[in-house]
Amino acid sequence: MPFRLLKFGLEKEYSEPRMFRSPAELRDSYDVVIIGGGAHGLAAAHYLAAEHGIHDVAVLEQRYIGHGGTGRNTAIIRSNYLTEEGARFYQFSVDLYRDLARSLDFNLFYSERGHFTLAHTPASLRTQRWRAEVNKHLGIDSEVVGPEFIKKKIPEIDLNCGGHQPPIVGALFHPPGAIARHDAVAWAYARGADQGGAEIHQRTTVSDIEVVDGRVAGVHTDRGFIKTRKVISAVAGWTTSIQRMVGLRTPLVVHPLQAMVTEPFKPWLDAIVVSASLHTYVSQSSRGELVTGASLDPYELISMRSTLDFAEGLAGHMLDLFPFLGDVKVLRQWAGLCDMTPDFSPIMGTTPIEGFYIDAGWGTWGFKASPVCGYTMAHTVATGEDHPLIRAFNVSRFGAFDLVGEKGAASVGH
Amino acid sequence: MKILHCPINGPRPIQEFSFGGAVRPMPDPQQVDDEAWADYVFNRDGEQGIQREWWYHIASNTWFIAERNITSDQFIRTYLWNGEEAS
Ligand SMILES: Cc1cc2nc3c(=O)[nH]c(=O)nc-3n(C[C@H](O)[C@H](O)[C@H](O)COP(=O)(O)OP(=O)(O)OC[C@H]3O[C@@H](n4cnc5c(N)ncnc54)[C@H](O)[C@@H]3O)c2cc1C
Repeated sequence: MPFRLLKFGLEKEYSEPRMFRSPAELRDSYDVVIIGGGAHGLAAAHYLAAEHGIHDVAVLEQRYIGHGGTGRNTAIIRSNYLTEEGARFYQFSVDLYRDLARSLDFNLFYSERGHFTLAHTPASLRTQRWRAEVNKHLGIDSEVVGPEFIKKKIPEIDLNCGGHQPPIVGALFHPPGAIARHDAVAWAYARGADQGGAEIHQRTTVSDIEVVDGRVAGVHTDRGFIKTRKVISAVAGWTTSIQRMVGLRTPLVVHPLQAMVTEPFKPWLDAIVVSASLHTYVSQSSRGELVTGASLDPYELISMRSTLDFAEGLAGHMLDLFPFLGDVKVLRQWAGLCDMTPDFSPIMGTTPIEGFYIDAGWGTWGFKASPVCGYTMAHTVATGEDHPLIRAFNVSRFGAFDLVGEKGAASVGH
Repeated sequence: MKILHCPINGPRPIQEFSFGGAVRPMPDPQQVDDEAWADYVFNRDGEQGIQREWWYHIASNTWFIAERNITSDQFIRTYLWNGEEAS
């Protein structure tokens, strides 16, 4: 054991620098209170300070930062969405991500791999052609490719899926598709927010929100009442419990989404591979583990439990694509909560309750959006008006029957 | 393996069933304004605890009602829809 580690282990006080302070006391009031210490809430706190000079901010997190989807996702980042609103929004996020390690001075292990969405039928090839054309029109690098190209980039793949599934007839290829280290994104934004003056309070649960005459007056927590006129709810899978506190109705329903990783081995898979027909996706992390996932659990449930069904089903489909993985062991399996919208687009921005701003509807696709969410929510709170990139995602779209249908790009794609 | 009790076929593995969403009374579309209709079409309650919901046994084409705790995933009881009660 290195001497330094031994010395560190014997110390009574934690001697390494912390990412952020842990103030002992909650103050009686803040200009802005952010509920949820995921990447979205922390990014909003960071951009409030960095872009708008708003420093009097508290981020309240019921457990520890990254306890929600932020610490449970499979870290896929891409912008090849189906609608113009979605594609523009996620592209802005990718642009922020690409520069994030530098601007936050933190190694995020941001790694561009190329993202394949496999097609096993002519019908899915048609959707992919549609996506590619929308993407190219908006300057996003995206193209439909044939089986030979796939085989060249991913030599280990079985294009015939062992005869168990319809063969792979093509794919949507998105070269900028990337993965990053999700914990690092949370830490980097937490440190940025902290340096900007925000206070991060972990183990602090919001139990109610005080609304007087249609506007926010404060929040009740298990550590007392805080006066504030502006609240951002950035709690993703917990939103249905927060929305009730202010009497807001939304279409959100919660389903678990599960994932698992294998034991680590030598790098062999550079690309990120998604098969919507097989409900499977996989990438190889910088540690060598295969990070794999599937589609949502089939029924509503507000619980982060894992199931054997899931592991079995996913393993079976992985073998359809990569038969040589038969001997590989699964190391871990887990789940997170996904707040699903009917059109697979988020719910963001202003609400009928003055001072209550919502950032929700993140379902299975919100990690990639962390930077743009923080950025646009900070703008919305600072100016009182929805940032142009999120106007289409306002909660009022449901009442106006004006949905932003993103299912073709979001359902298994993450 | 998770077992669900079909009112017709008895206990069956959950994979044989399909989830149909919460039981929600439908307002008369001729009687309500657009706002109330949109609220019915899109919005959900977000309640935790016991939910009454539709389930479907695929093999036998049976729709029925289940009462389930949606935070603990425990089924409380299942029964066939009897018009009145479900609406
Ligand atoms: C298995 C899995 C794989 C995924 N893969 C991808 C992917 O590859 N790419 C992608 O883009 N997205 C992916 N996602 C989705 C993504 O993880 C989420 O959409 C995203 O992390 C949401 O971030 P957030 O900051 O909004 O919320 P979260 O990270 O969920 O943070 C919300 C926080 O709010 C806290 N909170 C809740 N209620 C309260 C309260 N009352 N008081 C105080 N604090 C509270 C919670 O403890 C939690 O820490 C995946 C999700 C899962 C589960």
